[in-house]
Amino acid sequence: MKLGVEGVSKRFGSLTAIEEISFDVADGRFLSLLGPSGCGKSTILRMLAGLIGPSRGRVAFHGETVAAPPPGMVYVFQQYTKSLFPWLTVLANVEFGARSPHARRRGHPASREECMQTLRLVGLEEHAYKHPWQLSGGMQQRVAIARALVARPEVLLMDEPFSALDALTRESLQDLLLRLWSELGLTVVFVTHDIAESIYLSDEIVVLSRAPSRILKHLEVDIPRPREQLATRESPRFLAYRRELYDMVVAG
Amino acid sequence: MSGWREKLPGFAVLAGLLVLWELSVRLKWVVTPTWPAVSTVLETFWQSLADGTYLQVFGSSLERLLYGYVVATLLAVAIGIAMGVWRRMYLLFEPLVELLRPIPSPAYLPMAILFLGIDNTMKVFMVAFASFFPILLNTVAGVRSVDPVLIDTGRTFGLTRAQIVARIVLPAAAGYILTGMRISLAIALIVTVIAEMVAGNSGIGFYILSAQRSFLVPEMYAGVIALALLGFGLNKGFVALERMALSWHEGWHASAT
Repeated sequence: MKLGVEGVSKRFGSLTAIEEISFDVADGRFLSLLGPSGCGKSTILRMLAGLIGPSRGRVAFHGETVAAPPPGMVYVFQQYTKSLFPWLTVLANVEFGARSPHARRRGHPASREECMQTLRLVGLEEHAYKHPWQLSGGMQQRVAIARALVARPEVLLMDEPFSALDALTRESLQDLLLRLWSELGLTVVFVTHDIAESIYLSDEIVVLSRAPSRILKHLEVDIPRPREQLATRESPRFLAYRRELYDMVVAG
Repeated sequence: MSGWREKLPGFAVLAGLLVLWELSVRLKWVVTPTWPAVSTVLETFWQSLADGTYLQVFGSSLERLLYGYVVATLLAVAIGIAMGVWRRMYLLFEPLVELLRPIPSPAYLPMAILFLGIDNTMKVFMVAFASFFPILLNTVAGVRSVDPVLIDTGRTFGLTRAQIVARIVLPAAAGYILTGMRISLAIALIVTVIAEMVAGNSGIGFYILSAQRSFLVPEMYAGVIALALLGFGLNKGFVALERMALSWHEGWHASAT
C-alpha cells in the first residue's frame, strides 16, 4: 500500500469539513475523489500532499506520517494561471521542477534535454521559449503537468486540473493523462466534481458527501482499458456507473 | 512614426514658451537682472557643462544620492519582505511605519543635523530615510499580493521557506518593489537638493543656492535646467531598467484580464 488516509477529520474553527475518512491508494492505481462542489475534496487532497494537517487521524505515505510535502508526490493545481511562474519561460518552468529539492532527493535531476523531452511528451516542444501566459489554458496545464513529471513523482495529486478548460481540450488532456499514467507507472489521485470524468479516468472512485464530508461509497470501475472517448462513454457499463453515481452525488 | 507625430504638440508648447521667454527679454517686456534671456541661460549652461563644473557639482550630489538610495533599497526590501511574510513582524512594525511615514522629510532635517552634523553622513541619512518608506510599503504590498497557489507550488516541490522567498516571492513581488524604487528615486533627488541647500558646501543644491546669493542669476537658472535634465534622465534610465527586468510582466497582466 502506497498512500493511506487513516481516520482523518478536518475542522476549520467550529466548522467540520471532513468527518472520519479512511481509504488506501495502492501502487499504480488511478483513484478519483468525486463529490459536489464545496464538499471538501480539495481539502482531502491538500492533506494528502502535506500542505495542511488533519485535525484528527493521519495520512501515511509508504507507512510514514505525512507532516510536510514529501518528495515523491507532486500537486497539480486547478488554477494553472496562478501555479506557473509568469516570469519564467515554459522550459524554465519545467526546469524549476527538475531542479527542485524534491526532484534532487529522488536521484539525479533531469537535464535540460530531458526537460525538452518531457515537453515533447506533452506536445509543447515548439513553445519551450514562450512565457506561460502566451499559451492557451490547456497548454498551460500541460506545462504544469510536465513540470510535475520532471520531478519524477510516484504520485500525482491533481486538483480538478481540467475543470477550467473547454470540453474538447479537457478530453484531449484526459487521454494525455491516461497515456502518461500508464507509460510512466504513476499513481494518481484525481479530484473532480465531473461524474463522467471520474468514471472515464479511474480504477477506483471514492464518492464524498456534502460537508461535513464522509465517504458515501468506494467503488471499483470495472471498465477495460485502454479507454476511448466515444466508445467507452457510450458503453452500457459506463452509463450504468454514471446513473448510480449521479443519484449518489446529487442526493449528497 | 506616429508616436512622434502624437508628441509634437507637446513639444511645440515647450518651444513656444521658450521663444516667449527669449522675446520677453529681447523686446524689453521685462527688464530686470533677475530675468535673463533664455539664450544667456543656455549659454551659461553649455559653458558649465563644457568646463566640467556640472560634472563636479553633480558628482558629489549623485554620490550621496546613490549611497542613501542603495542603503534604503536594501533595508526596505529586506524589512518589507519580513513584514509581508511574517504577520508578527507586520504587527510589530506597522504602527511605527504609519507614524513615521507621513512626516515630510524636510521636517526631520533639523534633528538629523543635531545628531549627525552637517556633513555627508547627515545628507546620506536624509536621503536613505526619505527613500525608505515608499519602497518598504510597496514591498509589503507586493509580498502580500503573491498568490498563495504560487507559494503552495513551491512547497509541493520541497522548497524551504528561504528558497520560496528568494525564488518565488521576490520575483512575484518585483513589479511592486520596482514601482516603490521609482517613486523613491524622485524623492531621493528632492531630499538631496534640500539637504544641500540647508547645510552644504557642495552639490547641485548648494550650487543653485549660492548662485542666487552671489547674484549669478544665469548660473542659477542654468543649474535648475541641469537639475531638470538629471531628474528626467534618472527616471528614464530607471524605467528602461524596469522594462528589462519586467519584460514578462506587461504581457502577463494583459493576459490575466
